[in-house]
Amino acid sequence: MDTAPADGLITSAWLLIALPLAGAAVLLLGGRRTDRWGHLLGTGTVVAAFVLGLLCTLQLDGRRLDVELFTFMATGSLDVQAGLLFDPLSAVFVLLITGVGALIHVYSIGYMAHDPRRRRFFAYLNLFVAAMLLLVLGDNFVALYVGWEGVGLASYLLIAFWHERPSAATAAKKAFIMNRVGDVGLALAIFLMFAQLGTVAYDGVFGAVGTLAGGTVTAIGLLLLLGACGKSGQFPLQAWLPDAMEGPTPVSALIHAATMVTAGVYLIARCAPIYDETPTARAVVLAVGAITLMIGAIAGCAQDDIKKVLAYSTVSQIGYMFLAVGLGPVGYVAGLAHLLTHGFFKAGLFLGAGSVMHAMNDEVDMRRFGGLASRMKVTFVTFGLGYLALIGFPFLSGFYTKDAIIEAAFDRGDGWGYLLGGVAILAAGLTAFYMTRLMLMTFFGRPRWEPGVHPHESPSVMTAPMVLLAVGSVLAGFLLVVAFPLEAWLTPVFGEPEAAEHVVAPLVVSILVTVVMALGVLTAWLFVGRREVPVTAPVRVSAVTRAARRALYADAVNESLFMRPGQWLTRALVFVDNRGVDGAVNGLAATLGGSSSRLGRTQTGFVRSYALSMLGGAVVVAGALLAVTAG
Amino acid sequence: MSLTNYLVLAAILFTIGAVGVLVRRNAIVVFMCIELMLNSVNLTLVTFARASGTIDGQIIALFVMVVAAAEVVIGLAIIMSIYRTRRSASVDDANLLKY
Repeated sequence: MDTAPADGLITSAWLLIALPLAGAAVLLLGGRRTDRWGHLLGTGTVVAAFVLGLLCTLQLDGRRLDVELFTFMATGSLDVQAGLLFDPLSAVFVLLITGVGALIHVYSIGYMAHDPRRRRFFAYLNLFVAAMLLLVLGDNFVALYVGWEGVGLASYLLIAFWHERPSAATAAKKAFIMNRVGDVGLALAIFLMFAQLGTVAYDGVFGAVGTLAGGTVTAIGLLLLLGACGKSGQFPLQAWLPDAMEGPTPVSALIHAATMVTAGVYLIARCAPIYDETPTARAVVLAVGAITLMIGAIAGCAQDDIKKVLAYSTVSQIGYMFLAVGLGPVGYVAGLAHLLTHGFFKAGLFLGAGSVMHAMNDEVDMRRFGGLASRMKVTFVTFGLGYLALIGFPFLSGFYTKDAIIEAAFDRGDGWGYLLGGVAILAAGLTAFYMTRLMLMTFFGRPRWEPGVHPHESPSVMTAPMVLLAVGSVLAGFLLVVAFPLEAWLTPVFGEPEAAEHVVAPLVVSILVTVVMALGVLTAWLFVGRREVPVTAPVRVSAVTRAARRALYADAVNESLFMRPGQWLTRALVFVDNRGVDGAVNGLAATLGGSSSRLGRTQTGFVRSYALSMLGGAVVVAGALLAVTAG
Repeated sequence: MSLTNYLVLAAILFTIGAVGVLVRRNAIVVFMCIELMLNSVNLTLVTFARASGTIDGQIIALFVMVVAAAEVVIGLAIIMSIYRTRRSASVDDANLLKY
């Protein structure tokens, strides 16, 4: 785990971040002058970053290289060096972010062609790519935190891109606030590391984490997990991600499927040395992953909004990744491989959904789709390949990486291992169900289009990225697991892989998963494909369906547990402020003013009354003197 | 003749003066009542000077007379100017000095 100073091309790894950042700066500061060519610049910077990232990766050769840049903060005993860590793990992420990012930029040229604010959209996308690259490339937790907040900001700006729609503005605020909850955890974890270890650099923290008390390490692990849950839409902070679909579809593909929401997985994988010291926190990661993957899968089964189905699918798939990284060393590679293949096929699915929406006048209700397979052949084929990859159709991406996670779960060998493996297999069946339902409702059956809708295939600037991503969805799993094993590539980061003792033979797991998947597909066909799909959602449905439609009441729980008490608290505080604090101040002033004006009434202006009061006063003084002398 | 009688007389004069100040409206009468009170005090001072065999009280009485003379000058001048502006010597008509 030793780092070496960077050499060759990798010394200029900072350009990876600087290029998209410069793009964002030019587009935002340049204003309308850049409207004509802004989208080309925005795409160009990301493509250039991808090429640079690819060249750097080819030079990497399994080393961990440190790129020293400058002193970021030096105050007292806090000395944060701004540096980049280019190692196999960050290289993988750099390629995912810039590769998928570049394709989605190209797609956005077509998707946002008619939007008057397209230049601004590209500026925000570039800002996102820059922040995300800083997040994965930083060699200390502060740099990671800056990137972490940067992607949060870009996510907020892009969800609210159509801010004239109240639902988009609300969704952006919801995403921002729920992310903030997680960010507090991350910030506290960093504070704790600095307080206990006096450093925030990865090398310093990971080298000294073994010297900490067990409780402290567990606290750091749990706080990091809180941050990861917020960013990755994991239980209990999962409710913002489906709402984030209010943003333009390329945003959903890039930020809320392929890259930003996987930052939590990156964080936990990067902090492997911390979690190695704390089995408690690692078990919580495992539980969070298992719970989330079920919640997402169940909720995905009952949504009618095509993007919401994909969003819950994302929640569920990231649950798989959390489950994998929660398993410890045996799961890191499996989780990251699934992250990469998921990046391909989910981005492809979102772009396909965007293409469908483009054709259907921005309709998202699947009950209004149907029969699109013949009208949109390219979209249908690419979407179909992504679909097969996601449900784990044999020998496509999802098959390899999802099976690897399920095998790793079984390999724990204890009862928990069987439980987790069982949950993961069940969720695989649900995944097959909801995705088949989506396919059937969108591309097959009788057209249920709104009157006046004439679906057409999208322009080639949109279909080309979809085709490339579909190719990736098909091949990525094979490439990453069999041809060029990710496990070997990541050995410098996670150490030599242990020869796993399989409790359940991999072949048995694969057959089991495939059978469950086939059952899911069959069930979906029985429920959706065989019958007519009603144009409006049936009202008389079972309690399970109702619960699934409302995503297992996540919003209701959040509202009743946090939002309402929060509102009560603010109202109570406002009341105390108005009546208590203001009341005391105003009351004192009013008492003094009132009594002075009442005392002033005694000043009648009549000399004789003054004389009387003088006499009275003199009598009192005389009486007092007498009393004193007599007493 | 006991000195007590002088003190009783002074007390009676002071009371008459005080009541006069409080109940009469005519500024001149009020003024005279004030003088009456001053003089009753003078009487008391002289009585006690006699009783104690010193002249301190008598000297203070002389001071009081001097002050009273000055006060009469100023007071009468004020009463005159008020009378000129208000056409009234009633103390209740000069009631602007209030809240």
